[in-house]
Amino acid sequence: MDDGNEIEIRDLNLWYGDNHALKDVNLDIRKNRITALIGPSGCGKSTFLRCINRMNDLIEGVKIKGEVLLNGENIYKKDVDVVALRKRIGQVFQKPNPFPMSIYDNVAYGPRIHGVGKKELDGVVEKSLKDAALWREVSDRLEGAALDLSGGQQQRLCIARALAIRPDVILFDEPCSALDPISTHKIEDLLQELKKKYTIVIVTHNMQQAARVSDYTGFFLLGEMIEFNRTRVLFENPEMEQTEDYITGRFG
Amino acid sequence: MINSKTSDKVMKGVFWFSALLIISILFLILGYVFVEGIRVVNLSFISDMPKNNWREGGIYPAIVGTFYLVAVALLFAVPLGVLTAIYLVEFRKEDNLTSIIRISVDSLNAVPSIVFGLFGLSLFFYYLKDFTGGPTIFSGGLTLGFMILPTVIRTAEVALRTVPLSEKLGSYALGATKLQTISRIVIPSSIPGIITGVILGFGRAAGETAPIIFMVALNPTMPEFPYLFSQCNALTTQIYYLTSEAISIERAFGMAFVLISIILISNYSARLINKYLARNIRR
Ligand SMILES: Nc1ncnc2c1ncn2[C@@H]1O[C@H](COP(=O)(O)OP(=O)(O)OP(=O)(O)O)[C@@H](O)[C@H]1O
Ligand SMILES: [Mg+2]
Repeated sequence: MDDGNEIEIRDLNLWYGDNHALKDVNLDIRKNRITALIGPSGCGKSTFLRCINRMNDLIEGVKIKGEVLLNGENIYKKDVDVVALRKRIGQVFQKPNPFPMSIYDNVAYGPRIHGVGKKELDGVVEKSLKDAALWREVSDRLEGAALDLSGGQQQRLCIARALAIRPDVILFDEPCSALDPISTHKIEDLLQELKKKYTIVIVTHNMQQAARVSDYTGFFLLGEMIEFNRTRVLFENPEMEQTEDYITGRFG
Repeated sequence: MINSKTSDKVMKGVFWFSALLIISILFLILGYVFVEGIRVVNLSFISDMPKNNWREGGIYPAIVGTFYLVAVALLFAVPLGVLTAIYLVEFRKEDNLTSIIRISVDSLNAVPSIVFGLFGLSLFFYYLKDFTGGPTIFSGGLTLGFMILPTVIRTAEVALRTVPLSEKLGSYALGATKLQTISRIVIPSSIPGIITGVILGFGRAAGETAPIIFMVALNPTMPEFPYLFSQCNALTTQIYYLTSEAISIERAFGMAFVLISIILISNYSARLINKYLARNIRR
């Protein structure tokens, strides 16, 4: 069931002031697949991820060249509605960042902003929490504070919050790096469920994680995309020497 | 040579002593006002009209007037101050304009209160007399509002800055606009801090004499419709009047007692509200 590309990145360059942080990146992200991005710290993974939902727009002094095509439409075209774009592309951050409100209000935040009515809201919240595998743990305390949840639960809440706006794509920036192994395991399982409905891009420092969860993997180094391939191929039979050095840990 | 243990002990003693000193000074003043004031304060002192040029009867108009003045001051300073703080925190990167605003706010804060009084006098009494009606609740309240503006801006700014970037980014990533992020994430999280500023402003506005000294009536005056443009009394100026004219020191202490009670009660209730909000909003 290969549905082709959800996102195509073409000659993407990004500068933070004079810092050329992304250099001629080309990449296809397949629909209903998990694409992992790996690479050493500072190589531009998060920067690249933020290009896909235009969160870089919020950073002062960023310059972007190139194209990011979402289902064939360049999201950097002049008249693109960034709000509508971010509704289609959810993001889950490295550190769980629930809002200081109730569990219910956290999940309802996006739908409310996008005008979902009161009547539908309960259903949306329940469904999102179920899809994020959190419903069973919180169904009896929806009005409780989100910040009372454990770190792993908070991260699943953030996933539920992203699901509630019914995006097509979900971006994960090191979603497990602040979590314990059990919570990490739960989220990895969850990713396998989510990819049935969503296209997923995940940045991770953990190569085992990339190998475990992803279908495709891209290796970044100093702002360049060095190698991109099916995950199995990239890990077992990398073409580039730098990739091999990195995944075998010979790399600084 | 003093070893570190001894110097630790000495320092501890110094800290302890300064803490004790502060508490004693506070209790001395409050206790004195209390002891002096309680002699004249009773229900009719609070709720009756004054008689015989404030020598007898109650001080009701001064209490009412103070609340009117403070209400006008807060209605002016809180919205404007909070909006300015939001502008500084959320809409401007640090540049010349922000530093000009900041310097202005700090300078405003450094202006002696009698200068506000003079300024209010010439602005509202002379230039805008047709509009303000001269020495009215409007003129006095606005003068107090100018005075507490820096307090409100500063505290609101601090509160707004403590809202974590991660929460704002979370909001933007869900497709929220800047306005939605400010109204749904930034402001709600800052409410406790903003309330603190409101209460500080309340205390200062209720407690200052100089800015309104030219704006209030000394004869017993109950505000009448339209209240905003009618004259009023205030507790602070009445305390000053009763004392400087040697009308009644005892009753001045009675007023001081009432004034301090109002300020302390408002401070304390604000603290309770904040505690409650902090438990429910941010932990
Ligand atoms: N907000 C920013 N402003 C200026 N420069 C930035 C900003 N964010 C990242 N950079 C720079 O861009 C480059 C790439 O950073 P990025 O955060 O994308 O790396 P990363 O691969 O995600 O690293 P890590 O694995 O540590 O998260 C770095 O040189 C970094 O200093
Ligand atoms: Mg990163």
